[in-house]
Amino acid sequence: MSAGILATMASVAQTGIEPISGPIGIEPISAPVDGAVPTPEITWAALLPLIILGLGGLLLLTLSSLLKRKAPRALYPIWTIATAVLAVASVVPVWAKVQGFNSILWWDFRDLWWQPATTAPGPFSTLGGAYGVDGFSLFVTVLICCAVILTTLLISGYLQREELDGPEPYALLLLAATGGVVMAGANDLIVLFLGLETISIAVYVLAASHLRRAQSQEAGLKYFILGGFSSAFFLYGIAMVYGATGTTNLVLIKSSLAESIPRHDLLLLVGFAMLLVGFGFKVAAVPFHSWSPDVYDGAPSPVVAFMASAVKVAGFAALVRVFVAGFGQYAADWQPLIYALAVLSLVVGSSLAIVQTNVKRTLAYSSISHAGFILIAVEAASETGTAAVLFYAAAYTFMVAGSFGVATLVGRAGDGRHSLDDYKGLGRTNPVLAGTLTIFLLAQAGVPFTVGFVAKFYAVIAAVQAGSAALGVVAMLSAVIAAFLYLRIIVAMYMAEGDDGGSDAPADPADHIHVPRPAAAALAICVLVTIGFGLFPGWLTDMAADSTVVLVEQGSTDASTALPGGQTLIVDDEGNLVPAGDGAVAPTEASDPSADPATGDGAVEAPQVQDPAAAEGTASVERP
Amino acid sequence: MIAAVLHTVLASGDAAGHAASSFPILPVTILLPVLGVFAILAVPSERGDLARLVALIATSAAGVMTFVVLAQFATGDAGFQFVSEATWIAALDIKFIVGVDGISLFLFVLTGLLFPISVLAAKPDHDPKGYYAWLTLLMAGCLGVFVALDLFLFFMFFEITLIPLYMLIGKWGHGRRVYAATKFFIFTMGGSALMLVSIIALAYLAKAGDASTIANISFDLQKVVASDAVSQGAARWIFAGFAIAFMVKTPVFPFHTWLPDAHTEAPTAGSVDLAGILLKLGTYGFLRYGLYLFPEASITFAPVMVVLGTIGIVYGGIVAAMQRNLKRLVAYSSVAHMGFAVVGLFALTSEGLTGSVLQMVNHGITTGALFILLGFLYKRRHTYEIDQLKGMQKVAPVFAGVFTVVMLASIGLPGLNGFVGEFLVLVGTYLAYPAVAIVAGFGVIIAALYLLWAYQRTFHGEPDDATKAMPDLRGSEKLIMVPLIGLIVFLGIYPKPVIERIEPSIDRVIEHVEAEVPGWSSPTSERGSQLAPVEGHGHDGEGGEGATHAADTEDHSSEGESQETGE
Repeated sequence: MSAGILATMASVAQTGIEPISGPIGIEPISAPVDGAVPTPEITWAALLPLIILGLGGLLLLTLSSLLKRKAPRALYPIWTIATAVLAVASVVPVWAKVQGFNSILWWDFRDLWWQPATTAPGPFSTLGGAYGVDGFSLFVTVLICCAVILTTLLISGYLQREELDGPEPYALLLLAATGGVVMAGANDLIVLFLGLETISIAVYVLAASHLRRAQSQEAGLKYFILGGFSSAFFLYGIAMVYGATGTTNLVLIKSSLAESIPRHDLLLLVGFAMLLVGFGFKVAAVPFHSWSPDVYDGAPSPVVAFMASAVKVAGFAALVRVFVAGFGQYAADWQPLIYALAVLSLVVGSSLAIVQTNVKRTLAYSSISHAGFILIAVEAASETGTAAVLFYAAAYTFMVAGSFGVATLVGRAGDGRHSLDDYKGLGRTNPVLAGTLTIFLLAQAGVPFTVGFVAKFYAVIAAVQAGSAALGVVAMLSAVIAAFLYLRIIVAMYMAEGDDGGSDAPADPADHIHVPRPAAAALAICVLVTIGFGLFPGWLTDMAADSTVVLVEQGSTDASTALPGGQTLIVDDEGNLVPAGDGAVAPTEASDPSADPATGDGAVEAPQVQDPAAAEGTASVERP
Repeated sequence: MIAAVLHTVLASGDAAGHAASSFPILPVTILLPVLGVFAILAVPSERGDLARLVALIATSAAGVMTFVVLAQFATGDAGFQFVSEATWIAALDIKFIVGVDGISLFLFVLTGLLFPISVLAAKPDHDPKGYYAWLTLLMAGCLGVFVALDLFLFFMFFEITLIPLYMLIGKWGHGRRVYAATKFFIFTMGGSALMLVSIIALAYLAKAGDASTIANISFDLQKVVASDAVSQGAARWIFAGFAIAFMVKTPVFPFHTWLPDAHTEAPTAGSVDLAGILLKLGTYGFLRYGLYLFPEASITFAPVMVVLGTIGIVYGGIVAAMQRNLKRLVAYSSVAHMGFAVVGLFALTSEGLTGSVLQMVNHGITTGALFILLGFLYKRRHTYEIDQLKGMQKVAPVFAGVFTVVMLASIGLPGLNGFVGEFLVLVGTYLAYPAVAIVAGFGVIIAALYLLWAYQRTFHGEPDDATKAMPDLRGSEKLIMVPLIGLIVFLGIYPKPVIERIEPSIDRVIEHVEAEVPGWSSPTSERGSQLAPVEGHGHDGEGGEGATHAADTEDHSSEGESQETGE
């Protein structure tokens, strides 16, 4: 789980490239020739979020076994949250490096110990090119950490209520987050698989973690078996792609696809399809969704919040990295597949949602329809599309965590009261809780002045820009169908029949739902984000737009990497966080690889020894 | 050339707006009800009376602001006034930009008038705090829609009005309230879904933004209007997307089926604001975002819309006559009346458009008043069924008298406000579609039929026992009706102050259409000068002639321009 394993894996992946010749007939791009196994250079600072999360999880386990039962109850959640917050903090300097500014507010990064280890500002990759550090992976890292924090806040009260207290869920959350972060940055399919399995296995266990609920066990088993199948598909897809291109490294795959057209690309296309099956399972897109309602229904509600946010976010991040950035050259081939997945997910997800009588199942189907929405942004295969994916993922993380957070509380002891009937009259008995859920539901429905609306809006912009306005229409119409399901829950809460004028009667104290403080904090955060970014989405849209996904080779910092689709991804240096004239590198300098990045701004004092060979290599790779 | 002329026109509007007032009066007006909502939420739930007071203060304060805008509005200025703007989402060139012109002015003021009245007119039977909070929030949304000058902002306000009204109908309505509320929500949201895609497609294709935005996207209405980048085919599709949303909202036959249900089950204030304000979002949208943005597509689709509007007039009238429930009857009469607004709008003549805007305002006043009266009735008798009401005139003469005045205004009796709008619409329609004007004219007769018949059945005859116990209008109820009756009479006798503020903006839209579509000229351009003095006296005659002149010269130059740019 630590970076060391990763490094080993990466070097294996790197050195394992053998020139293959035979029926495929592709010239291998490059392969290390020296006999000694090269040790990849590791930019430890860039891996810090990963290390903190992984180490935090392992230390938590160690600590708990040492302390046994003597640990105070609050220790584990506080530890988990602290770890996640620390991971987010460690992202900040890396983000500054990637975006090319030297300080954020009062925090100056120029003198940090790791600064000379890399070259010019801009996205870079480390671990022998197996792990990409760009705005995209960092954004997703922060998002996953947010999901960990929210889930921890929700699960602490839950575990207490269900008498399941223990360190294991927290450790699993941190380990799952580690896997998610690996997925977000993986520039190598093998590393990606490693991350996928890490997050999956942790979540399988989490899903089954309610010891006394048979449904929870069933959910865990179901998720495990189907997830295992999907992993197998995924791995097979990797093998196919390897067969077609001779490498598992996305950078090399991309340049290989740009340079030569395989005579028989069937292998490659089958590989795409297999990978898509794997991703489809992870993000619960129709027709690979069948597990999700059962698992969402059975798994402990806070875990579902994590599954619907972090797991999906990681899945989509990897999907974008692999398909949009890696296989962009073949966009015309895979776009129809994503198109179909998107339409099916949107229509089937929202249609089946409205016939459910269980709120968790309803939300599971609605989550499928949201996956369809993100898929339309993926289908765009553009810079805007990537930004839209990130924005949607960020918005959805908070909306869905909030929704399942309320479901956790309404489920009450035993976590079993999730039918629509259990929500009847909630507006009268627990007005604040009902109001909070209403906000999340309306946001999910895409009502203006909530972040959900801006997310949908952004996704449709990406679709329209990519010429798929029809997809946008399908998406919006399915959002109308989906609105019906959110209204059903709202109706149950506020307008249930026989609830006429009952407000004056004092609410039965037995109906009052106890809200633990951490859960209240989590819900408050979610409400703030849902409304705040709904009213002022500018900052988040800028962040998402800055978080471009860039595939660069180890040793080169390429600020302007051309995507095969014709769009040029330029690192935008106008990050909102930087006050004007505070040492931001002008975009033109950063984006022009030939210019010396140090000339414009003396503030960048890292030794600018951009390896000419490496720069040469990148250039030839990018522009055949 | 066209763009340059437009630019000057728009810039002058901006300049006037900035000169008139540096105080951001429009944003403040929208913000007042929002603050009111927070204040209401802070009130303890048992204190329904206090919530009502806060709601009244907030809506009245906003209402007063709308009248300040009316008072300071520069008559004769066709452009946007009181413009305030602030950047919202820079990467997409989305701005918070608001301003009023003659088209939106009176709808804005109407919103400011009807909301305090609807707060006063009826009390909810339970949970007053939530009721007043939603009602006050609805006002903010409605105010915003009419002044938004950014496509994104417009959509936000357009869509946000759904939630409060959904809640008001679903929670405080009668009978099948959940069914009605859900139907209302799904219908209108379905329309808006298409509009959202259309807005995005338009903003993307118009490429009106500068290079700092994603793909030169811009949602600024005036920038998008000035752009020529959208092809004719695309514009028609996009227009269709807008049109469906507005047709649902107006509602135009055959998208009207949600309206009778929503009206019937809504609480009084919901009905008043739905009929008075929210239906106008559709026709206002057609004017501002249909005709103004897509001149060519509007002209192409105009015959269809005129026919649908006429069907609405006749069909709405006939169905209204068949109703046994008074609220349903008024709801169908709304379909008919809004049909007039649609027909007048798509006749694309100066008279028709002015009449259409006037009809929107008048319908808001009269139908709002009718629903308030029905609310008073319901409070006394707990029914809207015509069968169960009889002989009310004898027991409640004041109520009957007030009802008669409002009803006659709704029918379109000369001397009351309903007449002026319908007359202008019919005149304007006659210029373009004489046959349609004749058919629509029958709509007025049908309106007389169903309203007078209903009046006869409910107010005439011997009162039964239940009716005998019915009290007449109380003092406070009379006070509520005073401003409405006053307006009904005033606008019927002296509509000039309204028309002379509406007309310049209407003429500007027509000029814009003529400039954008070479070879097309509004039927007004030839014959308008004969009619203008009749309607608008000296000032308007001048304005009309000047406009005609401008349009003529514009026409010539634009023809030359189009030949040049044809290559």
